[in-house]
Amino acid sequence: MSVYSDGATTVLLAGVGGQGTILAADLLAKTAISNGLQVKLSEIHGMAQRGGSVTTVVRLGEQVHSMVCDRGSADYLLCFEATEALRNLPFLAQNGKLLVNDVSIKPLPVLTGKASMPKRVHERLGEYNAQLVDANKHAREAGSLKCANVVLLGALAANMPFSMESWEEQIRLKVPPKTIDMNIDAFHRGVQSVASEANRS
Amino acid sequence: MQLLSGNEAIAQGAWEAGARIGVGYPGTPSTETMESFGAKENVYAEWCANEKVAVEVAVGASAAGARVLATMKHVGVNVAADPLYTAAYTGVNGGLVVLAADDPGMHSSQNEQDTRFHAQGAHIPVVEPSDSAEAREYTMQAFEASERFDIPFFVRSTVRVSHAKSPVEVGERVERDLIPYEKDPSKWVMMPAYAKPRRTSLDARIAQVAQWAETSPLNRLELNDTSIGVICAGASYQYVRDALPNASILKLGITWPIATGLIAKLANHVDALYVVEEGSDYLSMQVKATSVTVSEPPAHALPKEGELTPGIIRSAFGLALPEELPTQQDVPGRPPALCAGCPHRLVFKELSRAKCIVTGDIGCYTLGALPPLAGMDSTLDMGASISMAHGFELALAGTEHHPVVAVIGDSTFGHSGFTSLLSTAYNKGAGTICILDNRTTGMTGHQGNPFNGITLQNRPSRELDLEGMVRSLGISDVQVVNPNNMKDVRAAIKGATSRTEELSVIIFRSPCVLLKKVFERQAPYTITSDCRACGVCVTLGCPAIARIEETGEACIDPDQCVGCGQCQAYCGFGAIVRMEGALR
Ligand code: SF4
Ligand code: SF4
Repeated sequence: MSVYSDGATTVLLAGVGGQGTILAADLLAKTAISNGLQVKLSEIHGMAQRGGSVTTVVRLGEQVHSMVCDRGSADYLLCFEATEALRNLPFLAQNGKLLVNDVSIKPLPVLTGKASMPKRVHERLGEYNAQLVDANKHAREAGSLKCANVVLLGALAANMPFSMESWEEQIRLKVPPKTIDMNIDAFHRGVQSVASEANRS
Repeated sequence: MQLLSGNEAIAQGAWEAGARIGVGYPGTPSTETMESFGAKENVYAEWCANEKVAVEVAVGASAAGARVLATMKHVGVNVAADPLYTAAYTGVNGGLVVLAADDPGMHSSQNEQDTRFHAQGAHIPVVEPSDSAEAREYTMQAFEASERFDIPFFVRSTVRVSHAKSPVEVGERVERDLIPYEKDPSKWVMMPAYAKPRRTSLDARIAQVAQWAETSPLNRLELNDTSIGVICAGASYQYVRDALPNASILKLGITWPIATGLIAKLANHVDALYVVEEGSDYLSMQVKATSVTVSEPPAHALPKEGELTPGIIRSAFGLALPEELPTQQDVPGRPPALCAGCPHRLVFKELSRAKCIVTGDIGCYTLGALPPLAGMDSTLDMGASISMAHGFELALAGTEHHPVVAVIGDSTFGHSGFTSLLSTAYNKGAGTICILDNRTTGMTGHQGNPFNGITLQNRPSRELDLEGMVRSLGISDVQVVNPNNMKDVRAAIKGATSRTEELSVIIFRSPCVLLKKVFERQAPYTITSDCRACGVCVTLGCPAIARIEETGEACIDPDQCVGCGQCQAYCGFGAIVRMEGALR
């Protein structure tokens, strides 16, 4: 059951302002377009970007109407931070796929002791078959913490029908020339992190 | 084919239509439109001090025969309302199109408002795209229609059109010669003798636009199922397509004046007619005024506030929704916060400490109102800080009261704070004004402004003298202070607020940390074993400083700390020190 009659695939990217969700969403959208699909991508700017919770929606398919996403409707929930994964769980569709960067960033109310972090996060995410990705570690190994978003994109790519070449092409076009190799490396580390996880289970 | 946001597509449409001048004031969700327009060839674009100025420049350029684009967010339309209402009377020479970007859901605004009410009040026709391809197309059509009907046009967008990206087929620019300007006071001088005939002319021009709306391809009648008919516009149209795939739809691309004939046609085709719109009853009121019967959705009414989604529409029509995973109850909120190293932080900390009444303004520093800083009492609109402080002082005069302090940014001071200060100075007001000069317009993404001398297209300019401007109003108590130094901030606030008879101005000047990597080469700070768990440093609200739950001691995240050193001065035990050797 879907609220969308357009039959498009819905990807919700959720993270903390400044983590690079918009760049990852942009690469996903452009890869889908280069594969002949229609795309709508919806992002939020301004005040929320100052370290607040941010979400970006990418919808792709033969035709796409809505640019926003309802609860229970995200085919993929790609989370850049574990608390944001819990926050956005209600958006995940029944058969949706949950991919989570295994880091926690404490929000201000927690830093100041006014609130606390959720407990048993791994266990709870596990109940929804989350695939955890250590994107920060992979990004550092690739050369910079800044490309953690591209590692996560790789983890998503491993689940999607597009060729690796079409992803790489868009990364080459988008990132600063000096960082192309690093980002492609980061991307493949993301792809493999999911593949090795799948082998284990 | 390009992947463009609605904003970029509007800029593209204006450029293709031959617009040669662009004017605006940055404001989410409109900002990228002018940035993108200004980056194109053969155009002149500028950030104006505010939206009223932008519209006035635009009317001048139009009178001189150029096609011109003006951009602003919904609350900016209020600022520009004065010239806009008269611009409908004068009409145009070169095409004049105004982008008004509304923000249903208030992602980055102090209110929700529907610009179409202004459009109706001002007699300015509105086109309303529902995705990026339409944003380009409608903008081009608006330029044509503006010249054809001799009237400015609004392009109304909402956040989900402005900030949604979708593929756009772009075209070539058509260069347009200036339409020769001919002196004509009866058109351009709006004193009563000339304005009265122009009012009659305005009604006639609008009647023509209304006729055009009946046949324009911008309004689209999609006749399907006869049981449900829906009238909608903008982003809502996309949601209706998903939620009610069989419905007959009148998709209005022109939402003022309204195509009454098309509405009647849809009403005749269907058993029940509904209006689906976001956060407003503008469209339903318009449709009801045509005396067709509008039904309420069968299950429940659509919300009057916030954004719509396909799911919200389905639920109003009693249709099934997908099952949801349970909401996780223990997830802490994640409000936005001033950046690590933000130069505004200590000002709010010290104003709180001094128990000042703080009237605030619009910008990053609005975040100073949130805990733990909690250093602000009010936020109303651009420039209100200074005038509201004056109001507080007037009302509290003669009573024992906490010091009244206004807090305003450099860009906002240029927008409308300066006239507030002019007025307060002239009326012999008292109190303290803090101008938080971070050398940029922070929240909207670091645009230039009169006080950093950076123009939209990086043309040579001048950096205006902020201190000189303030002094020119006859205010002599003016000082410039480094806001990263706690002792200086404290002393300046204490001194200024104790001189209660006069107006005083403190300019806290230090660049925004995102502007350039101000602290890039500085090592982060760290907490030593001298920490006594007093918790003072945590009250600064720096995202790099945390309180360890078990011990109460503080710790600093070296990945987030930018090494500004603001926190060091607050530790009474000398436990905050620079991590020497650990260059970032
Ligand atoms: S963007 Fe600049 S001004 Fe805004 S909170 Fe961050 S450092 Fe402060
Ligand atoms: S030095 Fe202190 S106040 Fe500045 S960023 Fe680091 S932890 Fe925050």
